[in-house]
Amino acid sequence: MRSLATLLFLGGLIFLLTVLTGNLPFGNPPMLVGDAIQKGAADEVGAANFVTAVVLAYRGLDTLGELSILFAAATAGGLVLGAAHGGSHQRPAGFILRAGADLLFPLLLVVGLYIVMHGHLTPGGGFQGGVVLAAAFFLPLLARPGETLSHPWLSLVEGLAGTAFIVVGLIALFQGHGFLAPMFDKGTLGELVSSGSLPVLYLAVGLKVGSELASLLSRLASDDEVAS
Amino acid sequence: MIWMALTVVTLTLGAALAVMLLDNLLAAVAAASVVSLGVSVMFVMLRAPDVAMTEAAVGAGLSSLILALALRRLGLIKLDLSEKGKDGDA
Amino acid sequence: MTTSIGFIFFIGAIGLGAIGIAGIVLANHLFRLVLALAIAEAGANLLLILAGYRWDAVAPIVSDPAVVQTMVDPVPQAMVLTAIVIGVGVQALALTLVIRIRQRYGTLDMQEARQRMQDDLDAAAGITPSRSRERPAGGRPLPAPAAAVEAGVQHD
Repeated sequence: MRSLATLLFLGGLIFLLTVLTGNLPFGNPPMLVGDAIQKGAADEVGAANFVTAVVLAYRGLDTLGELSILFAAATAGGLVLGAAHGGSHQRPAGFILRAGADLLFPLLLVVGLYIVMHGHLTPGGGFQGGVVLAAAFFLPLLARPGETLSHPWLSLVEGLAGTAFIVVGLIALFQGHGFLAPMFDKGTLGELVSSGSLPVLYLAVGLKVGSELASLLSRLASDDEVAS
Repeated sequence: MIWMALTVVTLTLGAALAVMLLDNLLAAVAAASVVSLGVSVMFVMLRAPDVAMTEAAVGAGLSSLILALALRRLGLIKLDLSEKGKDGDA
Repeated sequence: MTTSIGFIFFIGAIGLGAIGIAGIVLANHLFRLVLALAIAEAGANLLLILAGYRWDAVAPIVSDPAVVQTMVDPVPQAMVLTAIVIGVGVQALALTLVIRIRQRYGTLDMQEARQRMQDDLDAAAGITPSRSRERPAGGRPLPAPAAAVEAGVQHD
């Protein structure tokens, strides 16, 4: 009986999704907004990566909403899990993991910061670089079980980065353009220092996401083993 | 191009079925990471490198890490250590 | 030939979405529910990117400012960027809730956990819990002949 209901449900769902997507003009989308953005983004924003221009300049408010969702999820997760205390009854990690983590930490930091700072030129940006930074700070925790990250510092970095994002947006508002409108000088397309306030915004996003995820991972990895 | 698309889609759908049907939960987490990687390759084929990078970093990296850490905390990691393997590395 | 690539990708996206949603509805272990949620989100993001694809177009990144090329739509890509990060936030929160349920109720089986939550609520409200299999009389003592049958049932 349950498998018959399963099959009926799956069949109905697939039929619904097929009918809905069958009417999509695949390959020739009516890119009304997309065409306008492609024509105007190079002059208005000055970023070579149009997705960055959409995420930060044209739809900056959505990015602010996404940052608040991440903040709410990480804070709620930390609240539900409780404080992280390092346990001492774990075996130390093997030599390969310890040596590898020590070697990888500066590399991951450099790669993460590179991805964050070049978000407006190449594929990348704050979120991808933030994830790499969180991994860079979490890897030494895996290699030395029993240590914890310093959560006050992480909360401080996260708070300051989030505040910087909002402050940059407010500066643009008080200059008369609109909240999170791109400001400063546009620069030449393709240079590192170009497209105004976009690298600053992405740096704030990258630091915020990185510290948030590192703190969440450190809380999840703490040693309270539930008796199975 | 069409053979590449067919291979990647088959691999991804097979891994998604494996996530739901495998008994060992650690293997299911690994299969979920394979699904994320397959979707990331599909994003590259659809000319979306930014999204592919995000999906690879977040789906295959961070999401699998969070799932595995939660598994360890729940005590649900079951490793099949047979006797043959232990005799091998003396 | 050109339409069949779209067909293949659509089958992939719809299949992932269907497997994910069916997994959420039909899961009997809470951890599998979170895994199915991850798969459903991947399928939905793929569907969004498919809506912005254009034949013979390049990625929306300007490599040479002098040459103008047709590009794919950058707006769905920005939406999916946001959606992927939100998805991982939701999965992290769901996992912390699963850990808490395990700490509180000791089980991750859906039926068992639901039953124990209901028992908790009943105990807090002062109602005797009603279960049809293990306590057919709702907590009151049974008459003697039926007690032997009940003892037989509980021992298997």
